[in-house]
Amino acid sequence: MSIIANVSRRGFLKGLASSGALVLGARFYPKVLWAEGLPADTHADHATLHPSVFVGIDTDGTVYIVAHRSEMGTAIRTSLPLVVAEEMDADWKRVKVEQAIGDPRYGDQNTDGSHSIRSFFEVMRQAGATARFMLIQAAAQQWNVPPSQCRSDLHAVVHGQTGRRLGYGDLAAAASKLPVPKKEELQLKPRSAWRYIGKGMASYDLTELCTGKAIYGMDARVDGMVYASIEHPPVLGGKVKSCDDKEALKVAGVLQTVPIDPFKPPPAFQPLGGVAVIADNTWAAFQGRQKLNIVWDNGPNESYDSGEYKKELQATAHQPGKVVRNEGDVDAAFAQGGQGGKIVEADYYVPLLAHASMEPMVVLAEFKDGKVTAWAPTQNPQAVQDIVSKELGISKEDVVCHVTFLGGGFGRKSKPDYVAEAAVLSKKVGRPVKVVWTREDDIKFDYYNAVAAMYMKAVLDTNGKPSAWLQRSVFPPITSIFDVNAVYGDPGHLGQGWTDIPYDIPNLRVENGPAKAHVRIGWLRSVANIYHAFAVQSFSDELAHTAGRDPLQYLLELIGPPRVLNLKNTNYPNYGAPYDAYPVDTGRLRRVTEMVAEKAGWGKRKLGKGSGLGIAAHRSFVTYVATVVEVEVNDRGEVRIPRVDTAVDAGTVVNPELTRAQFEGAAVFGTSVVRSGEITATRGVIDQSNFQDYPVARMNEAPYQTNVYLVESTAPPAGVGEPGVPPMVAALCNAIYAATGKRVRELPLSRNKLVG
Amino acid sequence: MIQLKVNGAERSFDGDPEMPVLWYLRDILGLTGTKFGCGLALCGACTVLQNGEAIRSCVVPVRDVAGKEITTIEGLSPNGLHPVQRAWMQQNVPQCGYCQSGQIMQAVALLKSKPKPTDQDIDDAMSGNICRCGTYQRIRAAIKAAAEAKA
Repeated sequence: MSIIANVSRRGFLKGLASSGALVLGARFYPKVLWAEGLPADTHADHATLHPSVFVGIDTDGTVYIVAHRSEMGTAIRTSLPLVVAEEMDADWKRVKVEQAIGDPRYGDQNTDGSHSIRSFFEVMRQAGATARFMLIQAAAQQWNVPPSQCRSDLHAVVHGQTGRRLGYGDLAAAASKLPVPKKEELQLKPRSAWRYIGKGMASYDLTELCTGKAIYGMDARVDGMVYASIEHPPVLGGKVKSCDDKEALKVAGVLQTVPIDPFKPPPAFQPLGGVAVIADNTWAAFQGRQKLNIVWDNGPNESYDSGEYKKELQATAHQPGKVVRNEGDVDAAFAQGGQGGKIVEADYYVPLLAHASMEPMVVLAEFKDGKVTAWAPTQNPQAVQDIVSKELGISKEDVVCHVTFLGGGFGRKSKPDYVAEAAVLSKKVGRPVKVVWTREDDIKFDYYNAVAAMYMKAVLDTNGKPSAWLQRSVFPPITSIFDVNAVYGDPGHLGQGWTDIPYDIPNLRVENGPAKAHVRIGWLRSVANIYHAFAVQSFSDELAHTAGRDPLQYLLELIGPPRVLNLKNTNYPNYGAPYDAYPVDTGRLRRVTEMVAEKAGWGKRKLGKGSGLGIAAHRSFVTYVATVVEVEVNDRGEVRIPRVDTAVDAGTVVNPELTRAQFEGAAVFGTSVVRSGEITATRGVIDQSNFQDYPVARMNEAPYQTNVYLVESTAPPAGVGEPGVPPMVAALCNAIYAATGKRVRELPLSRNKLVG
Repeated sequence: MIQLKVNGAERSFDGDPEMPVLWYLRDILGLTGTKFGCGLALCGACTVLQNGEAIRSCVVPVRDVAGKEITTIEGLSPNGLHPVQRAWMQQNVPQCGYCQSGQIMQAVALLKSKPKPTDQDIDDAMSGNICRCGTYQRIRAAIKAAAEAKA
């Protein structure tokens, strides 16, 4: 057996064979130049402090581009290198993409928050332009002409007057001896000259992905490795009281059992603890684990019961909370409105959600000579370095994390608890250990998207428009995994569709109430936007119907005239993006709303009995999305989704076809949230276990046709992986109302009765 | 000793006959193109062909495939790409790609029994295969394109 392909041990550019190769690193850039104009603490700022990409050109003309972000299905391994190739004027067919290990010199590698293109677009352009600059200089020197007479022409430099031409490979050695230019010297290509950006390219990995050759974490193999399956404490924070492993050890192939210490609160990314069964194949490890006889001390979270907890959240949502945004005087308007206008109130509820990526948590790690090497399907290899070094008491530099393909991530694989498990076990066992979670482990020991209760109240004036709007959300915050006392939403997650409600209402108050976590809470594709947009966009639809208005026209009125939202008096991190470059622009939200309505034939389509259209619009990850969903509900209450239309303004789009694919996928993901997404706990133990009781949308339940329309834009690039989910959830529920007259205020749909 | 054929090659296995074919393929033979997703035949990531029919290899013990011929994604078209794989590439189907070996094997079995499948045929055959990235629309288009190409 050989070490898995596609990763090198510590080498950044293993393919660079010849000594005359030109190797460029963004690290050469003076950081002060890069940091100019950027506020502290943005993702981009982090990227520039610790430059992020390496470009290499070999003397045979092969261009190596390092992908430092994780590939979990967004084709980021294609799209970011494509930006480098664009500015280099490189021939994509001669580009080889190599996956980076975890290393702070790349800058931020946490492939989360839909910001890879946004944060690294300019970084990659400059890296490519630097290479092109040096190649042109080298050619000009060789021809003894001014560089201004030379230009690049797809993997070559040409001299305009004489037509002389030298390939990049021929120039690599000479260019490598030249000084790296300053950023000011670089000339980026004008938009009109782009050959790749905006046109896109199929996935660099397409063949491997269609032939079973792509190496995921599940597929990592090294000589001498053993397999581990871990029985975790069923309740968060539980401990092993006693363990009888006699029967487990009798299973053929089982080698030993190993206890893993419980975590010290807060859990963060520490192993959960429990007992591992080590075997010489995965199946034997699974079988042995079933024979373990463990008595648990469940600890205080045994009191956690989802039914009771829901009542607590909803009661809290009806109490005054912490004010996170306040305009006008909501209370006065409610008092006045009570005398003439109409007051509308509604409660919305979204349960815990599990990620259920197709590849469960899995990793291979080897502890040897005081160092750890991991082959991990991780969204965040630097977090792997952090937690593994902490768990084993070694330095971060002694943790090498190779990033394999990820069989889905959706935020779960930003949290490397499973990698730490393998490292801890390898040290104890003295061999490379592959930890394989079952689907049951994945569902029961997730970092769940928070359960949330939202209380909404508005008063409508005589025109049916709200003169005052109060919204209050209550959910156990993600920060609870890092701080046992955290109960309020942090600004980042309140800023996901809550603080930044883009409505034109004179009296507006946004609040948040406290909730204690009893399970690990985490990020899931679009995170707090899921429940916040569900409440805001459903309530908007309710108000439209209450006012007897068309939901589209009503929504546009709520959004109001084109303007930039003034959020100066709030704590609004804007997804880490600078607000001047990425403001909340209601004009852009209006535009996608009008665009999707037109494309979907809103108000013009003839629909049959039991059919309906719903609409929702939402900005998240600095991208504007509006969605129209068509549903058919039959007399048994079964919902079919014949068509979804989605309009997207994500600014400049690098790879349009694969961007559309992200929004098609988001429509399916949102469908799963609405239809069946629900995790519950009884006495602290998660009730669900596999796809039979945590169903996700299958082909016959997914939208039949999703049409995605991208707004042509020269605005800076924004997110595309997550923003499709929130409006899909709300638009689907609004469509169900249009079709049935039944308002879905509590997810999932399986909790609602659509007929009778 | 269990005798069987995997991707055209004769194999014999003297391990636990209850071991599912999935783990035999992956851990013993090193054929990792076939994926583990649920262990209960609920998701289809482990789909392989047994004498040309799609099976969920995560719940079929090796003893049950004695004397049979198993085809995995690695053996689908040893020399180049199968028409279904070509269609998958043309339609840019995969996102994360983890489920796609199973999807492709299921589609190959479908097209063998129904060379011109209707939407209902596709729903019926493919709804046992979960794709969490949500590539169903492109899977459907790829199956139709492959059916066209073969015609």
